[in-house]
Amino acid sequence: MTTTLAGPAPVVAPGRGADRRRSRARMRERTAQWLFLVPAIAYVLVFFGYPIVKNLVMGSQDYTVRTFVSGEAPWVGLDNYVEVVTSGLFRTTVLNTALFTIGSIVGQFVIGLLFALFFKRRFPLGNVLRSLLLLPWLLPMIAGTAVWKWILDQDGGVLNEALGTIGIAPVHWLTSPDVALVAVVLVNVWVGIPFNMTLLYSGLQNIPDELYEAGALDGATGAKAFWHITWPNLRPVVSVVLVLGVIYTLKVLDIILGLTGGGPANATQTLATDSYRRSFQEFSFGTGAAVSNILIVVSLLFAVVYLRVNKRAVDE
Amino acid sequence: MRRTHTAVGAASAAVVVLGLSACSGGARADDGTLIVTDTLSDTSAPVYQEVYDACAAEVGMKVQANHVAGSGLIATVLQQASSDTLPDVLMLDNPDVQQIASSGALSPLTDYGIPGDGFPQGVVDAGTYDGDLYGIAPVVNTVGLFYDVDALAEAGIEPPTTWDELRAAAEALTTDGRYGLAFSAANTFEGTWQFLPYLWSNGADEDDLTSPQAVEALSFVNGLVQDGYASSSVVNWTQNDVNDQFIAGKAAMMVNGPWNMPALEAAEGLDYAAVPLPVPEAGDTLEAPLGGEAFTVPRTGNPEKMAKAGDFVACVTRGEHQLAMATGRGAVPSDTEVAAEAAAENPVVATFVDTVQTARSRTALLGPDWPGAATQIYTAQQLALTGSEPPAEALERATEH
Repeated sequence: MTTTLAGPAPVVAPGRGADRRRSRARMRERTAQWLFLVPAIAYVLVFFGYPIVKNLVMGSQDYTVRTFVSGEAPWVGLDNYVEVVTSGLFRTTVLNTALFTIGSIVGQFVIGLLFALFFKRRFPLGNVLRSLLLLPWLLPMIAGTAVWKWILDQDGGVLNEALGTIGIAPVHWLTSPDVALVAVVLVNVWVGIPFNMTLLYSGLQNIPDELYEAGALDGATGAKAFWHITWPNLRPVVSVVLVLGVIYTLKVLDIILGLTGGGPANATQTLATDSYRRSFQEFSFGTGAAVSNILIVVSLLFAVVYLRVNKRAVDE
Repeated sequence: MRRTHTAVGAASAAVVVLGLSACSGGARADDGTLIVTDTLSDTSAPVYQEVYDACAAEVGMKVQANHVAGSGLIATVLQQASSDTLPDVLMLDNPDVQQIASSGALSPLTDYGIPGDGFPQGVVDAGTYDGDLYGIAPVVNTVGLFYDVDALAEAGIEPPTTWDELRAAAEALTTDGRYGLAFSAANTFEGTWQFLPYLWSNGADEDDLTSPQAVEALSFVNGLVQDGYASSSVVNWTQNDVNDQFIAGKAAMMVNGPWNMPALEAAEGLDYAAVPLPVPEAGDTLEAPLGGEAFTVPRTGNPEKMAKAGDFVACVTRGEHQLAMATGRGAVPSDTEVAAEAAAENPVVATFVDTVQTARSRTALLGPDWPGAATQIYTAQQLALTGSEPPAEALERATEH
């Protein structure tokens, strides 16, 4: 590029025509560059920029059904946030969101890792089984939750019937406030296993076999090989899987709506479901947006962590 | 899992998409066609279509009906309101009428000479906002007590009429593998709707939910669950689930509405009947909530067409058309005389016709503030029925914020 920049006057002055031709070529290049960028920029602005800015603004407005007709949404500053944070429900939703996220991530990750390690051994039908495990990911979430609701039904659900045969009294999976969150986490773990397994499995594939061969010579096999060879080499992938998992889990809505709708007695109400309830059941779009803005900030924090981790992984 | 960014983010994106599609595909029909948006299912749409066609011919227009899922209607209406593409005639669930009317999107029906005469007070109340009538429901519904005739005969008991009798009947009918009673106490407005008859018949109101009468009502329902006469799953059951339980023989009685009649008729070997919901003491008046969809005329900015739409609504809601629509969807004609006709034909319908006469509109007292109170009611019921709080504390806590 520097060659085209104006430098000291050349010894032989080029014709004006050549100069013009060169600057026209530069213009064309510039235009082409922008043309390539426009679709991406437009996409980001329309589908990410506008909704997020709109949501931020909405969080500080008294935005109700009236707004849709009159277009008037009085500015209320931080009133919506004050209302949300001081409501009796806020502590519950924050705690539930944290428990739901931590429980889901731990469950998904541990089971996903075990499956990934399992499938790393080659055995007949291994690939078929591995692809079957992707099913929860492919299933429409509402269909999945409908089946789980039936499995977890307290009177006559498959799970309680099975537990009954080994003498365990029926568990009120979805109707007891003490157990419902566990049940919802259980289902979300089931949904998240394929994601964890797939990424961790591909991470495992990238660890060279030579390391294990060399380690075996030094006596590192089994658990030792895992701690000293597999885990350190898998670390970058692990960080990415965990951070992405947290972001995806924080905002889970469909699973909870399908299974318990946030109940019983708000036992499974998270920030995401509370935002939905405020906006689309009570038509209080302002406070609903405020809740989801809080959620966006939390997700954003983890997104920053993700970017840093990702950068480190690439650098390594 | 990775489909959405945040709940509302996705919703806003959806609004954007809807907005775009409305711009591209929202070519307004010609001036000779009335656009109707309703929430009819595939089964009831043909019945209504006949009425629509007859009424369109009467006002000298053509008609085009768009069916939207009930759960998505408000979102659709709000999107249409902001993009100026509201239909000429809009069907709204009656507790939503005041909410939408308060936004200024609807025009008063009195402009078109529909005063609401001959309709029960509950129907008029539900369609009225700030003294003006905005919506009128041609057919209505409410909840009653369905029971398995054989099960009651076997236990040698009569259908209950008071709370004490209901409790005793539920106890007597509870056997191994069958509960005495099924109802919905879900953490949605369905749970609220089913609790209202106890609340209101006991003299409590939705603007004073910690009153002794309200506590008494919640204690009664709570007792049914705590003593095992109703499943503790009621906190997670929709009214459809309740109907399934009843049909499967897992409950001898259920609280539900007349719209289940087609499914109940189709159930093999089930001999069912219905009575009005029991009241606290003999002689008390039953105050059940009024259900049903009202027809409204949105402000579309085209006065001539709005006038036609008004005439159309007047025609659709007229007595002579109500019977067909009511039979088609398992509902009660809202005109008192036509309702009497329907009652004479079917004893189950008669039960609901009786209840509708004293049924109360959910928005009569609080208007657009109703959703907030409705949330408090189902929250309190959930807290109590799950054993998290005793009834009095549950109501206390639910109304705190």
